[in-house]
Amino acid sequence: MAVELSLRDFYGKTLVELGKKNPNVVVLDCDLSGSTRTSLFAKEFPARFFNMGVAEQDMIGTAAGLAAGGKIPFASTFAIFATGRGWEQIRQSVCYPQANVKIVASHGGVTVGPDGPSHQAGEDVAIMRAIPGMTVIVPADAYDTAAAVRAAEEFTGPVYIRLTRDKFPVIYEESRKFEIGRATTMKNGSDVTFITCGLMTHAALIAAEKLTQLGKSAAVLDMGTIKPLDEPAVLKAALETGAIVTAEEHNIIGGLGGAVAEAVSGNVPVPVVRVGLPDQYFSSGTPEELLEAAGLTPEHLVEAAMRAINLKRGGKA
Amino acid sequence: MKKTKNIAELQEIARRMRIDVLKMIHLAGSGHPGGSLSAADIIVSLFFSIMNHSPEYKKLDARDKFVLSKGHAAPILYAVLAECGYFPREDLWTLRKLDSHLSGHPYAPSTPGVEVTTGSLGQGLSQANGIALSDRLDKHDTNVYCLMGDGEMQEGQVWEAAMSAAHYKLGSLIAFLDGNELQIDGWVKDIMNVEPLDKKWESFGWHVQRINGHDFTAIMGAVEEAKKVKDKPSMIICNTVKGKGVSFMERLAKWHGTAPNSDELRRALAELGAE
Ligand SMILES: Cc1ncc(C[n+]2csc(CCOP(=O)(O)OP(=O)(O)O)c2C)c(N)n1
Ligand SMILES: [Mg+2]
Repeated sequence: MAVELSLRDFYGKTLVELGKKNPNVVVLDCDLSGSTRTSLFAKEFPARFFNMGVAEQDMIGTAAGLAAGGKIPFASTFAIFATGRGWEQIRQSVCYPQANVKIVASHGGVTVGPDGPSHQAGEDVAIMRAIPGMTVIVPADAYDTAAAVRAAEEFTGPVYIRLTRDKFPVIYEESRKFEIGRATTMKNGSDVTFITCGLMTHAALIAAEKLTQLGKSAAVLDMGTIKPLDEPAVLKAALETGAIVTAEEHNIIGGLGGAVAEAVSGNVPVPVVRVGLPDQYFSSGTPEELLEAAGLTPEHLVEAAMRAINLKRGGKA
Repeated sequence: MKKTKNIAELQEIARRMRIDVLKMIHLAGSGHPGGSLSAADIIVSLFFSIMNHSPEYKKLDARDKFVLSKGHAAPILYAVLAECGYFPREDLWTLRKLDSHLSGHPYAPSTPGVEVTTGSLGQGLSQANGIALSDRLDKHDTNVYCLMGDGEMQEGQVWEAAMSAAHYKLGSLIAFLDGNELQIDGWVKDIMNVEPLDKKWESFGWHVQRINGHDFTAIMGAVEEAKKVKDKPSMIICNTVKGKGVSFMERLAKWHGTAPNSDELRRALAELGAE
């Protein structure tokens, strides 16, 4: 078993590190600071932490105002509330004027688990990606999270970073550097490329091993930045392996799969098999049960890869 | 910027600003005269007699700031910013045109003097709060002013922001409410009543005054009073007349978002004594 670490723990720790380095870093939360781990920053820098209460629209607007004053606000709550309740504020007050606001949301996807569909965000990436001028990042593990948060602080402009409730298996080194807009090749291969984000990068690495046993060679490309998409990397994968499987813990509509299909279709039209959450609400349950129900397991990825390879040979879907 | 407390001078500036607003909207062929004219005397007071500001200041300098939360009144803000020297007056005639830096609603990145981006109602006060918090962290002894509409009071975010301004004791924040009693579809009291506004804001923890929003002495006096209150944000509810200054536009919902045609412009300018 791989070591598992919490993405949100690393978010909180990294905020404290950034807070020490840069007095302009400020943090806002909507009554979920314990869950999002912004409480770590609040403890260290109480004057630079603003609990806005259960008021997500106001939190986003206040963050935009702080950014207008030269601060670098990190605004956090659960993914569904940050992006859903605050969508129009993010669009109007943050992205349209390119305010330097970082929205870091925990509890993305179905691995939220027992709280149920009201708290499981399956649409956040799609609705953030649809906003011009937004950068969308889905880290793959805890070290990737820390690196992405550091990169977001250095970057000027709006950023959305999607984290999770659950711990993830560690796949990166502690020294991980995150380059916004650049995919990371986790494994080379020749028959098919998995393009993945978040938890599914680890699942794809397992699937790739299983495929080796079946005599197939799969590449794995971790697409930590969904927007701006690393199109050159996607097109290179399409050219080199001729088949793509995308995988994400997000609605099958509008997320990473959508972004990759959009890039591929007009340039190097190879089969793209998308694996993601079916377009539905799930239920309460354990993260494992929900991932199984949604088809987000290495076994499902193997099936999807075989389908993609078959399609590229002119086979039927 | 040189400030004046001379009422006749302020009246004269406001008269010229109203003329510019009507010309701009006429040339653009669309825009919002009613709420620009009702807010004219408040905005003129702020920029010519109250705020410490200057086109020379840099973005992060200690200075007073203004947020036009009711962003559709952009024409009056633009006219005033041009008069203050933030950009050439000729630019006003490009309002709402492709490639103009004067968008239909205030857009901070393109227009000098515009602090934050508005136009979607209900979003300005939160941003003003953020600016006030930022100024506090920077230990700036400055004020943030925010102008809202009475129809805008129907937006939930306004009350979220009302709570947080009081919670964070933003004494440097002074908000104005343009109480012209009209919104797009008619009278505010008929569409969705927002009164009693003074009681609402008071109960949210604000220092509240109610004044005549076309009386320069009252506006300046209310701001003086508000500045004395250090531990609470201030709300100055202004009784105003939508379309103020043009008889046939006054108190008519129709003139919320209609551009005057050539004949209407001529009549309006004549009333305002345009040369
Ligand atoms: C969120 C949002 N909804 C709707 C509109 C369209 N709209 C523009 S002005 C207006 C009425 C505003 O009334 P009020 O705040 O009283 O403004 P004023 O009378 O001062 O012009 C509406 C509904 C908008 N700009 N933003
Ligand atoms: Mg009104």
